[in-house]
Amino acid sequence: MNPHVRRPQPLPADHPGTPAPRLLTLTIDGQVAQVREGTSLLKVLQSLGIDTPTLCWAENLTPVNVCRICVVELEGARTLVPSCSRAAEDGMVVHSDSPRVQAARRTVLELLASSVDTSTAPQMLAFMARYAADGQRFGPAQAPLAAGERDRALAGHHHLGDGQSAATVAQPVKIDNSLYVRDYAKCILCYKCVESCGIDAQASFAIAVAGRGFDARISTEHAVPLPESACVYCGTCVDACPTGALMFKSEHDLRQAGQWRPADQATTRTICPFCGVGCTLELTSQDNKIVRVTSPKDSPVSAGALCVKGRFGTVFVHGVAGEEGDEPSSTVP
Amino acid sequence: MDLRPISAAATAAETEAIDALLQAHAPADHAGRQPEFPVGFRRARSQRHLLLPGLHALQLRCGWISPGGLGYLCKRLHVPPADGFAVASFYALFSTAPQPPLAVHVCDDIACKLAGADQIIDDLKQQWDPDASPQAAWHRSPCLGLCEQAPAALRIESGEWPREQAWGHVTSQQLMQALQGGAVPEALPAPLPQDRKNLKLLRRIGAVDPASLADYCAHGGYLALRRALELGPQRIIEEVAASGLTGRGGAGFPTGRKWAAVAAQHAHPKYLVCNADESEPGTFKDRALMEGDPFLLVEAMTVAGLAIGAERGYLYLRAEYPVALRRMQHAIDQARAAGLLGADILGQGLNFELEIRRGAGAYICGEETALLASLEGFRGEPRTKPPFPVEVGLFGQPTCINNVETLCCVPDIVLHGGAAYAAIGTKLSAGTKLFCVSGLVQKPGVYELPLGTPLAQLLELAGAGPLERIGSVLLGGAAGTFVRGDDLQIPLTFEDTRKIGATLGSGVVLVLGAETPVLPLLQRLAAFFRDESCGQCVPCRVGTVRVQELLARVAGAAPLGSWSEERFRLQELGQCMRDASICGLGQTATSAIESAVARLGIIERAAAADPIAGGIA
Repeated sequence: MNPHVRRPQPLPADHPGTPAPRLLTLTIDGQVAQVREGTSLLKVLQSLGIDTPTLCWAENLTPVNVCRICVVELEGARTLVPSCSRAAEDGMVVHSDSPRVQAARRTVLELLASSVDTSTAPQMLAFMARYAADGQRFGPAQAPLAAGERDRALAGHHHLGDGQSAATVAQPVKIDNSLYVRDYAKCILCYKCVESCGIDAQASFAIAVAGRGFDARISTEHAVPLPESACVYCGTCVDACPTGALMFKSEHDLRQAGQWRPADQATTRTICPFCGVGCTLELTSQDNKIVRVTSPKDSPVSAGALCVKGRFGTVFVHGVAGEEGDEPSSTVP
Repeated sequence: MDLRPISAAATAAETEAIDALLQAHAPADHAGRQPEFPVGFRRARSQRHLLLPGLHALQLRCGWISPGGLGYLCKRLHVPPADGFAVASFYALFSTAPQPPLAVHVCDDIACKLAGADQIIDDLKQQWDPDASPQAAWHRSPCLGLCEQAPAALRIESGEWPREQAWGHVTSQQLMQALQGGAVPEALPAPLPQDRKNLKLLRRIGAVDPASLADYCAHGGYLALRRALELGPQRIIEEVAASGLTGRGGAGFPTGRKWAAVAAQHAHPKYLVCNADESEPGTFKDRALMEGDPFLLVEAMTVAGLAIGAERGYLYLRAEYPVALRRMQHAIDQARAAGLLGADILGQGLNFELEIRRGAGAYICGEETALLASLEGFRGEPRTKPPFPVEVGLFGQPTCINNVETLCCVPDIVLHGGAAYAAIGTKLSAGTKLFCVSGLVQKPGVYELPLGTPLAQLLELAGAGPLERIGSVLLGGAAGTFVRGDDLQIPLTFEDTRKIGATLGSGVVLVLGAETPVLPLLQRLAAFFRDESCGQCVPCRVGTVRVQELLARVAGAAPLGSWSEERFRLQELGQCMRDASICGLGQTATSAIESAVARLGIIERAAAADPIAGGIA
């Protein structure tokens, strides 16, 4: 993402140089709302209790407005506007559920579902049900590509079939380390992993969006495996991924074995035992084993981010390999 | 941030190419040394805008962007390697895999297709054995902007002495020769098809030596800059506003208002950017201006810089124009040597520096925010507006972006006053406009006509024959619309074309015969948008693919469901792409296709196996 388009951060509210915030009045779905200057339309919608679907937006990331599912109709604007990144202006009249908005959201979901495997994206499936989106309407899915084929795609060139099947991003899952897998057949290119790897959280810059158009993909430099890249295995990207394209190896293995049983899982909130920062951890366990570690986005300490130790190191509670017959389910490569 | 460099080592050639580039750009330290690694990350990161020139240097020197070369470039500029790769893989003229040093790009876009490019490509497929010749390769290319000399090709030879040549009226024989390393004719601007005495903007083209500043001055050059210095910024902007000049790149925004908005910004520095990324299929007017009258653009940019208060201008030139690049670079060097660029111009205290930056094969970089991202060394991804570039533009500063043709109109406005310019054309569309006529006409080329001239008159001038013989005209380019029948009589103005749901766009007038199969052209347009979508937003990234698949089904006469279902599907796709895409590319990608379906009845004709619809290309 281009940092130049970011606006300067406003001064803190209690700073003596901060002018009193201007109050803006706008009308949303007939309701009049008063908000502070600088508030995004999405925030206004949320404050009014209007449930607005989002995929690429997250509380702790800079809006990239690429999924286009949060679009709303703004009177006087030629096109729909993304509510996540459009700042509220005085006098705006917004319709968040007009037929035009619904149609755009439905078609966007259909386009995504026709090209991406949504099987581990419950949020998306719920949106699709809500907007009656039909992922099959562009024809049956094309056969998956071979491993690495999408990585080799060159900008400006593509292969077209006879149009009888819909092109997809289907490809084999990438397993190149023992901590997490990358199943890009499920990638909707929401940029969340890129943002959390880069300027918004971890500042490792191990991945970016490479290629162009339908061949755009998340990639390391020259698509090298993760252990050769700048990845530090903080797992913030795994936490951010809305579709399960990035997944704990432990979860992936259980799912492959048909052993992933959300009904039998418990969530425990605790504090990371490794260092003095005290990041908040949420441990998901199944059969008395930790299968996933997340960090709540609203945690004042970690704000959704963790380091490799908190994310993948807590498996020590399972005991050392060889002792009590237990194998650590994950090891640092 | 703590970057992990690429472990592969750069070759000597790669290091040399990058060092030479950075040497030329990066200022030396206080002791006159040019440090290999800039002191301080902030300073290193501030050089990110050199990433694109650096990638160009690597591509031209070595023929591809190798891990070692990319690693060295990223280390020098302190760019994360994954980010560097993301940028390199964005552009069609950069290769991230090894490729032969000699590449021939054969245009098969709409105008060249009408001129038989498909036959040439078939010949190449038969005659050229890629496995037997590791030294050269050919690729299909989108429009090369040589439509008046269609079919066209571009030859790029990398190495120690790189060579780039574009030429028109190509034959399969010439291409075979070019692939074998033989010489090819250089494409030069075709002579103007119109009588020079009626021309304003084009009056010097062909009459002056484009390499001679003295000749330019002898033909009235640099009088406008002197006049502009007398007038001062405020009056210049008033004159431009009074002239009614609107943006000639396609959007038609009033130039005076844009300039006033930039001039009113308090932030400094401000930038001027000239959009010369002319990639709309069928457009070649800016090339004609830059090749035929390069000093005009230099002078116009200097005047614009003076007006808006910018001391630095960038000319973002598409990579497919090697002749324009050489001539513009020469003109800039000459002007600088004569004290007409740089510090204290004409001894009047005006500072203006002008630099050329090359694109690398990406249509999307003609979109203003994508162009800025590309200039800054990022992927050419557009962003939503507001904020508009006049507020937050290049490097986050107020920036004025104008098309080549728009800027070139300015010197005459300054010299003769806005009122004189406004007197030409119609009330709402002032001045003259360049039209790029190609396709089935006797005299293709750039035409300059007062706005308001009927399309039929332009067609007659270009020798399109009787109107009944014209099947349709693609007006405005790939993002334009097909018009036919009575609509051929419309006056060419922004408002009249809008009334019939069409657009002047970048001035493309592509003429199709009554028997020309339209479907192959539509399929080419769909392929073009699929290739050129930046891939950022869903409606455009996936929508362009679905539209292309739909057209393939139309061409194969094998609809998914019924034909009316297909028509409805196209409508819904078009509506979603218009409504929800980030930028103009996605918003207009179905425009020409939908107009062909609505006005030419392409789906019905294909269903009835009418040859006008045409088969698979």
